[in-house]
Amino acid sequence: MSTPADNAPAAHSAGAEESRPSLAALLLDPSFWADWASVVGLVGLVIVFGIAQPVFLSVANLQALLLAAAILVVLSIGQTFVIATSGIDLSLAAAVMLGAIILGLVNAAGYGIFIACVLAVLATSVVGFLNGLIITAGKIPDFVVTLGTLSGITGLGLILSGGEPTMVGSTFLLRLASGSLGPFGYPVWVAIAAVIVAHIALYHTRFGVHLLATGGQAESAGALGIRTDRVKIAAYTISGLCAGIAAILLVARIGSAEPQINTSLLLNSVAAVVLGGVSLFGGRASILGPAIGALMLTALVNGLTLLNVSAFYQPLAVGAIVVLAALIMRYQK
Amino acid sequence: MSAPHHIPAAEAIIACEGLSKHFGGIRAFTDVAFQARRGEVTAVIGDNGAGKSTLIRSLVGVHQPDAGNLFFDGRARPFANPDEARKAGIETVHQNLALIDELTVAQNLFLNREIVRRIGPFAFLDRKAMKREARSMLSRLSINMPSVNQRVRRLSGGQRQAISICRAVGSGAKLVVMDEPTAALGVQETANVEALIRRLREQSVSVILVSHNFDQVRRLSDQIWVMRAGKMAATVRASETSGNELVALVTGAA
Repeated sequence: MSTPADNAPAAHSAGAEESRPSLAALLLDPSFWADWASVVGLVGLVIVFGIAQPVFLSVANLQALLLAAAILVVLSIGQTFVIATSGIDLSLAAAVMLGAIILGLVNAAGYGIFIACVLAVLATSVVGFLNGLIITAGKIPDFVVTLGTLSGITGLGLILSGGEPTMVGSTFLLRLASGSLGPFGYPVWVAIAAVIVAHIALYHTRFGVHLLATGGQAESAGALGIRTDRVKIAAYTISGLCAGIAAILLVARIGSAEPQINTSLLLNSVAAVVLGGVSLFGGRASILGPAIGALMLTALVNGLTLLNVSAFYQPLAVGAIVVLAALIMRYQK
Repeated sequence: MSAPHHIPAAEAIIACEGLSKHFGGIRAFTDVAFQARRGEVTAVIGDNGAGKSTLIRSLVGVHQPDAGNLFFDGRARPFANPDEARKAGIETVHQNLALIDELTVAQNLFLNREIVRRIGPFAFLDRKAMKREARSMLSRLSINMPSVNQRVRRLSGGQRQAISICRAVGSGAKLVVMDEPTAALGVQETANVEALIRRLREQSVSVILVSHNFDQVRRLSDQIWVMRAGKMAATVRASETSGNELVALVTGAA
């Protein structure tokens, strides 16, 4: 089946680019659905929730949804860079906690909110850097190292904070959390900026290609002179950086730094990456996919809440969707 | 045992003398003299364990020889690592081909040699230029490829070999080293890769070819070097030898 609309882009690009498969062939290909699982899932959820509970589609609710998704979007970007190298960052949510605590303590010590934010991001980036360094220099599996870091920095956070939450009464953070520019709140703009920068880094720089090569076949990449260890360390450092940004957004959102790990942030960051069509074996990644995956998970929780489904059912629903997505991934090319 | 031909150094793109390498107590090869002439296809043959792969790896910096001298392009050049050899102009087509399955043909051809456009302090990939260059690299060697946007994962063994060779040649290498380029290929694909190597020879690309296949070596190469039990046993012109003579040289029956 070919319509003029289908032909137009093909004819336009015929000179420079090879022709793309037709729309009909695309829709029949299971790998298309696997690649776009998060988009299809998000659209499906929006339709279902929109019919079941029209409030879901109200501007106020959609704005709240985006606001709630911002932290997860930023975290899943960090997780994407690590998973693209065929690693996994289990210390991500613990790093967010550490960043939040450092932010709270530095602010409480009277150094000002700006320095507090910078130190928080610096601390989480160092955590990421150390993860990468230990994994590559020690040749230890990513899973083991980041599991150790998860525990280690949880302990560090508890020691630093004495187990007590720290109130952060900052007008800057208050404005960050509640202010908005145009249709979106500032945290949403932060997430959008993170998506754009990460997308450019992944698709339009040498680092991005080397990242995917390292995740795809590290040995081959090394044979061509790519310093795969450095690439891996960079990926973990980016993950740490994202944890720091998420920590700032989190403290701004709840107004205090809690010595508590939000484990669902970690699990959902991995889930968003899987939903986004990123291969857990590395070498294949996108930024938009995980970002939409994060939106989808947030929409799921938001919709279930609006439908008065007990919060106890929400992890069950998230789990079912992630496993379903993983099954669809089997059809990826 | 026939003594190695004496070739003036200027004709040799790469040469070594007295080269030895051992791993612990195991001697991979001892006191090897070898050279490859500019613009020729030079074959190295030998039985399994004769030391040919280790010799080649010692030439391109993967292994460090324990003794002996190495000359490349008229200069004494021991290479500390493969990257140095690569920068000096030796491209190796690895047995595992060093391709990244999840990347496209164009991305693989330009891996770690990407064309970038600078905007201020940032460098962005020039994907259009790389695709255009990739197409012209492939067509220069008459390699048929459905699309340079294709992921390498979906290509056949012969196509992958062709891309790996194309990448080596396309980098402007002075010497291309191939280790068993057709070992894992079917009949038709072997023929395609052999045709490709013949085109390289027509274009006067210097090639070192490691192979098990005596017939193939006689078809493709100009000069044949025979290794046996860690020594360079003989060297002959391909046009002046027979399959039987090669078998005799390799097994030591001559």
